[in-house]
Amino acid sequence: MSTPLKVPTMAEKLANGESADILFWVGCSGSFDDRAKKITKALVKILNQCNVNFAVLGAEESCTGDPAKRAGNEFTFQMQAMMNIQVLDGYEVKKIVTACPHCFNTLKNEYPELGGKYEVIHHTQLIQDLIHTGKLVVKDGGEFKGKKITFHDPCYLGRANDVYEAPRELLEKLDAEIVEMKRCKTNGLCCGAGGAQMFKEAEKGNKEINVERTEDALETKASIIATGCPFCNTMMTDGVKNFNKEGEIKVLDIAELIATAADL
Amino acid sequence: MITSILFVLLLLTGSGLFAWNVLKIRSNILLGRDLDRTDNKSERWKTMILVALGQKKMFTRPIPALLHFALYSAFIITQIELIEIVIDGIFGTHRFFKDSLGGFYTFLISFIEILSVLALFATIIFLSRRNLLKLPRLNMKELAGWPKKDANLILIMEIILVTCIFTMNGADEAANILHSNESYGFAISSLIGPMFFGNITSIGTLHTIEQIGWWGHILMVFAFLNYLPYSKHLHILLAFPNTWYSNLNKKGKFTNMESVTKEVKLMMDPTADPYAAQPEGESEHIPFGVKDVTDLTWKNLMDAYSCTECGRCTSSCPANITGKLLSPRNIMMKTRDRLVEVGEGKRKNGKDFQDGKSLLSDYITEEEIWACTSCNACVQECPVNIDPLSIIVDLRRYLVMEESKMPSELTGMLTNIENNGAPWQFSPTDRLNWASED
Repeated sequence: MSTPLKVPTMAEKLANGESADILFWVGCSGSFDDRAKKITKALVKILNQCNVNFAVLGAEESCTGDPAKRAGNEFTFQMQAMMNIQVLDGYEVKKIVTACPHCFNTLKNEYPELGGKYEVIHHTQLIQDLIHTGKLVVKDGGEFKGKKITFHDPCYLGRANDVYEAPRELLEKLDAEIVEMKRCKTNGLCCGAGGAQMFKEAEKGNKEINVERTEDALETKASIIATGCPFCNTMMTDGVKNFNKEGEIKVLDIAELIATAADL
Repeated sequence: MITSILFVLLLLTGSGLFAWNVLKIRSNILLGRDLDRTDNKSERWKTMILVALGQKKMFTRPIPALLHFALYSAFIITQIELIEIVIDGIFGTHRFFKDSLGGFYTFLISFIEILSVLALFATIIFLSRRNLLKLPRLNMKELAGWPKKDANLILIMEIILVTCIFTMNGADEAANILHSNESYGFAISSLIGPMFFGNITSIGTLHTIEQIGWWGHILMVFAFLNYLPYSKHLHILLAFPNTWYSNLNKKGKFTNMESVTKEVKLMMDPTADPYAAQPEGESEHIPFGVKDVTDLTWKNLMDAYSCTECGRCTSSCPANITGKLLSPRNIMMKTRDRLVEVGEGKRKNGKDFQDGKSLLSDYITEEEIWACTSCNACVQECPVNIDPLSIIVDLRRYLVMEESKMPSELTGMLTNIENNGAPWQFSPTDRLNWASED
């Protein structure tokens, strides 16, 4: 029997005369996609466990505009960005955490020029910090102890923002065997979802990109493919299904792995 | 005396022609849009020293990196010998630095000789990688014809250059031994000189052979210099400015379009007067995004001239790996081809020249640019910090914002964002449902 999640909204906080230390930007995928919602909940469990004073925007959150910008529609992007900045500034948000590298990149790198200046971190960085400060304890890996795990670098976390170590350090906490794919870190291969590809059919080719990437993962013989991006998660999950391996190989977000290992 | 005059004429023509070509390239690059890349100078110098001088990014693939480093260091160090050749050529002297440098001269020439042997070795391996081993990234369809010839021609020219150096030094060594029974002691030519020319008993013949090597070398140098502007090999010079002017922002940050910001702010400002007259001088509509090379920034254009078509970008591109039409290298090659065409046209027919063609459609197709996942692998891989992604994105911007042309699913995605604040059709009021679902 799990304890109900505590998910305060910024509006509720304000009504109670409180403020949040950090805003959890859930993102469209984390809010609406059934698979990604589980990642969202796993992160909230961690935040609740560590008594992090956070809040979400709830219905006031709207797409960062990332897919519009990557698709070449700067108008839609900037409309979204400016509306979001108004909301964020209205709540005097200083710090944002998000479990989506696309939201992370856009909020961190593309909002400042439009007036939205916040400290933005990826959820793996926040969890890393919670462990460093002793607020979160993961005792000897739990059910992942000794298992083979490989990490798929999301492009918008890795190459785009040079975050390679935070997710790996968290995986080490699981006491598992971490195996790298032949293409990893700066050399990592895209899952195929970025640049608005998630929302369209791929151009004519001889293979789907997620299948190519899943082959890299299968080569490592890992039983868990860890990701840090809801879109990579979808692509890799589909890739694993393509090889009929969904029984043997799980695709899990780092937040889910840590939450499970910490018995949350 | 006559040879000195001949040499000076060659020197002036060779350098003059090169300077003229450099100015042409410069004016082509400046056809691009303005962009300020002069901030943070210390970081820029650091990037140039690490990436261009130190070839840091080459070393992610160690074998070609080492071979390339041999060629590169031989090229740099040989410039010292070139100074002597120029002095000797003008004043009719013979090994001008030899007497004043003494033992150090022997060391220097020996060092150059050893590097030249390594370079020769590297060149032969490079030729075999291209033509015998047929490395995939060096044998793609986009390289058929001129690019392939260009690559082989450069390597052959390098072999001729090195051969000339050893003909020159070897014959000189043989002559010296014949004349005074003493060797200069140059590391390689003191061995191969007697080996190849040891049975020649006429000093005059040996001097002629040395002269053939000497003139052959300097003629090749000027030929090479003037071939560069037409070749992919221009990277040996442009790698330096191109890395200095690198994008220093995080790779995930796409450029902000100021022109759009202005319009969006106007739309969101309740006090704005939609019927207000345009301010003076702003009547001309500058298109959003990029249709032709002149819409690109000068840095994009410098990128195009800096590309040596090594294909590291394409071999790491997820779209290309999975058989899509997109190839980041080809994006750069086509940009350069189109730029040369536009530049020539403008020089011949005036700056308002139009030929009815454009980079978008005539050179780069929609199918190519829509295949990009914006993963930045190409940007990461490029050893001289070329950014094909920014060209792709700017072409998308033109298609979407000027022509409303995009894959139909993307139209739906954009409509959803505009209507309900998410790329999918969900109601914004349902955003927090996950918190209460089991």
